[in-house]
Amino acid sequence: MTPVSDAAQKKTPLYEEHVRLGAKMIPFGDWIMPVQYSGIMDEHQAVRKNVGVFDISHMGQLVATGPTAGVWLNEMLTNNTQKLEVGTGQYTFLLNESGGIIDDLIVYRTAPEEFLLVVNASRTDEDFAWLERHRANDLALSNRSADYGGLAIQGPRVVDLFQSILGDDVDLPPRNAIVDLAAKGKELLIARTGYTGEDGVEVFFPTKDAAMVWNEVLDKGKALGIRPCGLGARDTLRLEMCYPLNGSDLSPEHNPIEAGLGFFVDLKKPKFIGREELVKAKETGTANRLVPFRMKSKGPPPRPHYSVWRDGEQIGEATSGTLSPSLNQGIGMAYVAAPHARAGTEIEIEIRGQKFPGTIEKKPLYKKS
Amino acid sequence: MNVPDDLFYTESHEWVRQEGENARVGITDHAQAELTDVVYVELPKIGAQTEARGQIAVVESVKAASDIYAPVKGTVVEVNKALEGNPALINTDPFGEGWIFVLKMDSTDDVKRLKDAAAYRKAIA
Repeated sequence: MTPVSDAAQKKTPLYEEHVRLGAKMIPFGDWIMPVQYSGIMDEHQAVRKNVGVFDISHMGQLVATGPTAGVWLNEMLTNNTQKLEVGTGQYTFLLNESGGIIDDLIVYRTAPEEFLLVVNASRTDEDFAWLERHRANDLALSNRSADYGGLAIQGPRVVDLFQSILGDDVDLPPRNAIVDLAAKGKELLIARTGYTGEDGVEVFFPTKDAAMVWNEVLDKGKALGIRPCGLGARDTLRLEMCYPLNGSDLSPEHNPIEAGLGFFVDLKKPKFIGREELVKAKETGTANRLVPFRMKSKGPPPRPHYSVWRDGEQIGEATSGTLSPSLNQGIGMAYVAAPHARAGTEIEIEIRGQKFPGTIEKKPLYKKS
Repeated sequence: MNVPDDLFYTESHEWVRQEGENARVGITDHAQAELTDVVYVELPKIGAQTEARGQIAVVESVKAASDIYAPVKGTVVEVNKALEGNPALINTDPFGEGWIFVLKMDSTDDVKRLKDAAAYRKAIA
């Protein structure tokens, strides 16, 4: 209801397409992005049942090149880049010296001596500056974010959709892998990944092609029940899967061990920024843990910053919350004091001065039946 | 956007239907379209007294919670219990089945200070 100011707001190359489709546009960091088109519920269900397409052109792309790029990235990131074959990727963290999370990202090995980092929009400049400051002299690092547009295409019918767009001669890469269609004369990178829990891809292409690719996907997807989807559905979909959102569930005040994401940290590596703190956290345990929770009754949905209680004592604070369209129940994630961080623990969420019962759950909150 | 001629409106997008000394209140078609997918309504308590522009109810969409304000001074005499089971009535029928509460007005003159349909149409144009 508040008019969006156009001061210092970056538009993706698909801005005009969103407006034409009647999307509701909102500020998101420095960007102006679609929050929804047909409605969050409808878009969410399209992704769970058919297929949906999201503009992710705001996400950042950093490229590190050089014979030592892999070795250097291994000292910058928590996961082990040595495990990456050419054409594969992994989820990983960029930490500060005290182990706090600067960003969560996916790193792909796109060539023997070339790595592509796909990072959060709001952290792109910070990540680049941090990496540039720590860069070894014998490798090159470039911020290619302005050169690429991107779409996330997510849902069980994504394979059908790609077949109708690219024909039978292009196979989608396996989970977590990436293919470059340059060899087939197309400027298109396809990565089999996503943020929804459904089968899906994230594709990247030159900025100038953005409207063409977007409209081709929507056109070919029509028969499959495709919906353009905004940040609203992106949030409900990722939260049902307990995928963290940087800036909400992750921040420099928290490390990946506290966030329950130690799987993406290789402590066997002799050296990476933040390692000492994570070793300590692993050995002595952390004061708090990030846990998913689910409301018991049909009360108001939980929201970020609501306080979490147990037996009359405040034990933590929610970092994410919404009504789950799949479960039709309030869900969220919260940092709670470690002794309480067990699935099955009965908690209460304080909403406008009143406490509503919930339960700490296991990940993910939503499982496909 | 539907803006019925026989209602009064607030700047915060509530509508009022005067029924004698009572005022039936809901949120406008424009407001429900902006909120979309209403998933929860926190109704006021019967007997609650409110000033004009006092925060009195909450409407929650998937994305956010929004405060609802009393358009006029008065006492809550009726609330729409149907919204507890079916909050989406606010989306499907904002001026009918989606009403939220009824106030007994302290003074029926107060509705005259609200916007008429023409003024509200201008406000959301």
